[in-house]
Amino acid sequence: MDAVTLSRIQFAVSVGFHYVFPLLTIGLGVVLVWLEAWFLKTRDPIYETAARFWTKVFALNFAIGVATGIVMEFQFGTNWATYSRFVGDVFGSALAAEGIFAFFLESGFLAVLVFGWDRVGPKMHFFSTLMVSLGSIFSSVWIVVANSWQQTPAGHHVVGVLRDGAPLLRDGQPVLRAEITDFWAMVFNPSTVHRLVHVWIGAFLVGAFFVMSIAAWYLLKGRHGEFARRSFDGGLVLATVSALAMLVSGHGQAGSVYRHQPAKLAAFEGHYVTGPADLNLFGIPDEATQSVKLRVAVPGGLGLLLHGDAAKPVVGLDRFRPEDRPPVALSFQSYHVMVALGMAFIGLTLLASFLRWRGTLYETRWLLWLFVPAVVLPIVANELGWVAAEVGRQPWVVHPPVTWTADGTDVVAGPEGRVVYDERLGLRTLEAASPNVSARQVLGSLLGFGFLYLALGAVWVLVLHRKIQHGPDEASPPPGGGREGALEAAALRAVHGGRMTDGEARG
Amino acid sequence: MSFESLAITWFVLEGVLLTGYAILDGFDLGVGILHPFVPRTDLERRISMNSIGPLWDGNEVWLVTFGGALFAAFPEAYATVFSGFYTAFMLLLVALISRAVSMEFRSKMASPSWRRFWDRAFFGGSFTATLLFGVAVGNAMIGVPIDAQGNVTGSVVDQLGPYPLLVGAMTVALFAMHGGLFLYLKTEGDFQQRLREWMWRSWGLFMVLFMLTTVATVAFIPRATENFRSFPWALVVVVGTILAVANVPRCLYRDRPGLAFLSSAGIIAGLVALFGLALYPNLVTAAGDPSRSVTIWNAASSPKTLGIMLVIAVVGMPFVLTYSGVIYWTFRGKVKLGEHSY
Repeated sequence: MDAVTLSRIQFAVSVGFHYVFPLLTIGLGVVLVWLEAWFLKTRDPIYETAARFWTKVFALNFAIGVATGIVMEFQFGTNWATYSRFVGDVFGSALAAEGIFAFFLESGFLAVLVFGWDRVGPKMHFFSTLMVSLGSIFSSVWIVVANSWQQTPAGHHVVGVLRDGAPLLRDGQPVLRAEITDFWAMVFNPSTVHRLVHVWIGAFLVGAFFVMSIAAWYLLKGRHGEFARRSFDGGLVLATVSALAMLVSGHGQAGSVYRHQPAKLAAFEGHYVTGPADLNLFGIPDEATQSVKLRVAVPGGLGLLLHGDAAKPVVGLDRFRPEDRPPVALSFQSYHVMVALGMAFIGLTLLASFLRWRGTLYETRWLLWLFVPAVVLPIVANELGWVAAEVGRQPWVVHPPVTWTADGTDVVAGPEGRVVYDERLGLRTLEAASPNVSARQVLGSLLGFGFLYLALGAVWVLVLHRKIQHGPDEASPPPGGGREGALEAAALRAVHGGRMTDGEARG
Repeated sequence: MSFESLAITWFVLEGVLLTGYAILDGFDLGVGILHPFVPRTDLERRISMNSIGPLWDGNEVWLVTFGGALFAAFPEAYATVFSGFYTAFMLLLVALISRAVSMEFRSKMASPSWRRFWDRAFFGGSFTATLLFGVAVGNAMIGVPIDAQGNVTGSVVDQLGPYPLLVGAMTVALFAMHGGLFLYLKTEGDFQQRLREWMWRSWGLFMVLFMLTTVATVAFIPRATENFRSFPWALVVVVGTILAVANVPRCLYRDRPGLAFLSSAGIIAGLVALFGLALYPNLVTAAGDPSRSVTIWNAASSPKTLGIMLVIAVVGMPFVLTYSGVIYWTFRGKVKLGEHSY
């Protein structure tokens, strides 16, 4: 394989692994803020016990998120040097803003959240938790801004690079780069808000299902009853609201994708020929015949969703030259499985909410058993959403603009009825990699990261499993539990149940 | 502001971020380097890790922000450096990941072999990362081959030359000393007493390597000292750094560990400043052909972006410094192990 393909795989592997942890951090952060707010209001110790338990899980996820996140920050430069040179002026600003506004906030107050229980009062602790949660949300803002700019660039112009006053040439061609002209137009580019809301709801779903999974398991095992019921209730409220909100967000986003990246939406939907469009529920896109096989479809459904009119035409893949189309099969399947999972979340959470209202949820054991492994599904849905978003953007790493006809019913096409993109305004992924990095180097690092991440993933599951087995501490720790000298504390704990002594495990 | 003053301002700000990272994560990495040598029991190893437990994460953000700001302010340099040192950077990433997760995982199981494994990963990650930082500085000092397209040529083996390795070794000794001084402030009793000899040893080793590096730099890298002709006031930095080096043993002898730690922070700040003075106005020096060097003039973003970034920095940094201060104040004093410690 060539260096570009390997770099693509490496980026997908490293961001795919990393993304699990920010999802959990954002989702659990909201849960922690909620628990501590209730503790401050009611002073009911069960909320503090719960917050302390989820903090330990949160800290574990956060550490792996930070460790694997640095890879993302550096990888643009290591593997995608040409891309970095083209977009640094715009894209780099978003990353730098993330560092200054989000990461410092998050990691600073994380110290108080995790290690500060006995060093600060409950109000300061609540404030720190709030700041960590805000920091993780700010971080998602800047990352989604940067990524959305690649999808729907705005607030910039593309100009030739000058070197000592003269245009810089490479292979006889002027070297171009994007420069900011309007910072806020860049930040609020056409897809930022839609995608940000979508990402947040996705994270809330993961956090809520994560809490419900562990709580359901305790309920089934008859352990930590009160803690588990309250956790499940809170998770269920968040999950139900999020699942319903996702339907609205997803619908709005599909419309935005159609407007700015019609080839991407056509690939999502397997819509090959411009004209009235059905909504494919299942199917297998077939490149050879330019159609979707074995399909189950709602006639006119796509036109209805996009235009409110089943008969109105929808731009299909035939408007684009073959080399300008995204890979259809992967875009189609990842998008469809994501949507199907989204529908399943609505069904599952509405059913559970109904049973909870009837008061029989905690006796419905089969449903609780379903919730234990169900945490995997929203993680898969989030990952697939990103696969669809990024694969659907291909062959571009920075998508060039699309022009619509005056009445907005069709894209402006060149000869042969096909869109002619302005290549100067976008960048093809194939041309974005580092020219001086060899396939062998990337293969080496890819194998290294692959191996490391497999090991990290396994250890994470193992450690998480043990934390869940141990569960929350039923009794609150003695007041001032951490203020003694280290040795006295160790001796004290050794008396109180034999923990923390040499070579012993901690909760 | 003019393009020139914006570019210079960002060169200085990158230096500030690098200094912040080197001083703050420097002691984290130093604690990791001393980890196999000073703590003897499991409790002491936990104290060693927990001394930096609440801090390392925020300290590492200085590096992340340095990278992000380099990307935004000097994209050409970001692309050239990171792709040019590909294999070294990948090793650095693996080292930083190992360092981070070993602290998180170690205490989660009681098995001695589990804990031994993560102790080794903690040391290995800290040591390798420090060595590579030094090697990177060494390569930046001597310059690297750059082709006509502006890309670094040569492999990781070429980048491990004698001078970069010497700077790498000096950095390891410096961070070990810095970490030892930090740990001395955070510990008590027998553990703290044992640190004394390690502080002396690492200071001695650093002293020797620092002199060797200085001689090698003055003898073989004429460009490194050229800027002193344009900026004679910069000689103050040289004097200050040497005084800081001398002040460490003085403070140790007089039992003023806090001042000794501040002095070692001063050494680090001085060395980063000297590094910046040696480079200026280059960001990546081309070996052989100076016209191919990546400078702050040909690598910078547009004046508009540099200005926007400056606003972001001016708005953001007071917040960063405020809550960093709050966090360090909250976790002042000796290490206390509690329910949530590593």
